[in-house]
Amino acid sequence: MSLRGIVWRRFRKNTLALGGSAVVLALILTASLAPLISPYTPTHIDIDHVLAPPSWRHPFGTDELGRDVLSRMIWGSRVSLSVGFIAMGIAVLIGIIVGSLAGFYGGKVDAVLMRFVDMMLAFPSFVLILAVIAIVEPSIFTIMAVIGVTGWMDVARLVRAEFLTLKQRDFVLASKSAGAGSLRLIFREILPNALTPVFVAATFGVAGAILTESSLSFLGIGVQPPNPSWGNILASGKDNIETAWWLSFYPGLAILITVLSYNLVGEGLRDALDPRLWEAERLP
Amino acid sequence: MLGFIGKRLVQMVPILLGITIITFAVVHLAPGSPVDVQTSMSLKTSAEARANLRKLYGLDKPLTTQYIEWLGRFVKLDFGKSFTDGRDVLHKIAERIPVTLAINVLSLILIFIVALPVGILSATKRYSLFDKISTVLVFIGFSTPTFWLALLLMILFGVQLGILPISGIQSIDVSGLGPLGRLADWGRHLILPVFVSAFGGIAGLSRYSRSSMLDVIRQDYIRTARAKGLPESQVIWRHALRNALLPIVTIMGLSVPGLIGGGVIFETIFSIPGMGQLYYQSVMSRDYPTIMGIMVIFAVLTLIGNLVADIAYGLVDPRIRLGGQR
Repeated sequence: MSLRGIVWRRFRKNTLALGGSAVVLALILTASLAPLISPYTPTHIDIDHVLAPPSWRHPFGTDELGRDVLSRMIWGSRVSLSVGFIAMGIAVLIGIIVGSLAGFYGGKVDAVLMRFVDMMLAFPSFVLILAVIAIVEPSIFTIMAVIGVTGWMDVARLVRAEFLTLKQRDFVLASKSAGAGSLRLIFREILPNALTPVFVAATFGVAGAILTESSLSFLGIGVQPPNPSWGNILASGKDNIETAWWLSFYPGLAILITVLSYNLVGEGLRDALDPRLWEAERLP
Repeated sequence: MLGFIGKRLVQMVPILLGITIITFAVVHLAPGSPVDVQTSMSLKTSAEARANLRKLYGLDKPLTTQYIEWLGRFVKLDFGKSFTDGRDVLHKIAERIPVTLAINVLSLILIFIVALPVGILSATKRYSLFDKISTVLVFIGFSTPTFWLALLLMILFGVQLGILPISGIQSIDVSGLGPLGRLADWGRHLILPVFVSAFGGIAGLSRYSRSSMLDVIRQDYIRTARAKGLPESQVIWRHALRNALLPIVTIMGLSVPGLIGGGVIFETIFSIPGMGQLYYQSVMSRDYPTIMGIMVIFAVLTLIGNLVADIAYGLVDPRIRLGGQR
């Protein structure tokens, strides 16, 4: 049985991780079909139903301008999804480059790059993000870039650690003695074998990025209205805290369920990919 | 051990320097200078006035000179003057430290009191109903946006039940109260912020103390303790806990950046005049001297947390303090 087969078989047994994957798929579907399934457009104003509680007409109620909360949440899922994936993509890319260089070349390159990682890690990430937000115009694109640029350090450490062990292995040494150049060794030989822990870290990273985006939008320095995001609906929930609980309740619940699902998938992946837990299933 | 701590301190120096460089770079490489921010309110500000401001902040000099001058003032704890109200940044920060410190200490205590027993019980009764429920709760706890939790608690206790205040740290009419009444008033204001601030930590630490405890009770000396007939409670609470505790201290040290980042959010939500709220306000008003001062202080706190974690590690595992490289 192939490695992939074993991993899938182990993952499949994990009910929670499967549930998490189902929710993630449902969310991706929701985001891509937003124009079809949302009952109203996200900016449609129902002037007779301002701050209306949940009803058949507006299942999750309306906000202070009379916009349908459910529709805004469906459109807001696009923000969470794209920020989560693109920010994580940026972080993984930087992390892989820095980690590979440090691990492959070692010595001074490693020392300099890893000290830089230490320096970046000395800042609480949210503090660093806010500092950058202070000087650039907040938008969905800056959010993605900032979360990515401040979140690559863990990936770099993981990749570096993998490179340190892998570069001593026979298959790499063999390829090297056959005359393979550094680029080939890094990208063709070592990197594909170093990616396993990155998958797990990236899954947790998507969850983290979604949480960060919603926090920033909640504080008014993320996605700007009238563009809907779960975080900025919550911000209007705080403004109307005395009267409209539904503005605070549903978007936060959506964040919780989304983040929980990614975390469950990450946990399931980690267990499925950990060879130490494979004892029970020998290769046939 | 002292040598180990000394070595760690020496290793911190280049990192500290790097922190100041990153802080300086983030603020100064930004498009638009602080002068533009300060003068953008009025369009009439003359070019001459701008040049004067630029000179005042030393912005007409090369970046490296600016950095070295800034660093020179910084090590003397001269953080400069705030752009928003012209007060000393150091004073602005100092007056906000007590509140933030109080909330963090209280929430660390709360985290310890709740998470430790939960983790230990989950470990000793592994796969029991209690373990399963607490595992699920831990997962939910990890994934809950704390600002949402804060909102829900404000709606429930502040708006619906009306039994707790939802902003600030004291009531308006506090001057009419006696010392005890004042203390009670503070307490009532701090319940929700402390709980929210501790929430994520409780989930993390109970998970961590569970696995730390599981590691320990698999060891041979625990089997020995049981074999010589010690009661189970003594095995767990005396022999096992003592050794499981240090790794837990480690994680407390490493949780500092999380507490700080969380503080920025919940202090803003609950309108608590602490350092987190000051940081958020400075970011919103682009008050660069204050931003830079707080950034460095937060980073230094994080490094101190790491140092505590390292020392705890070194105490547990001689290989780390003797081996040098991790």
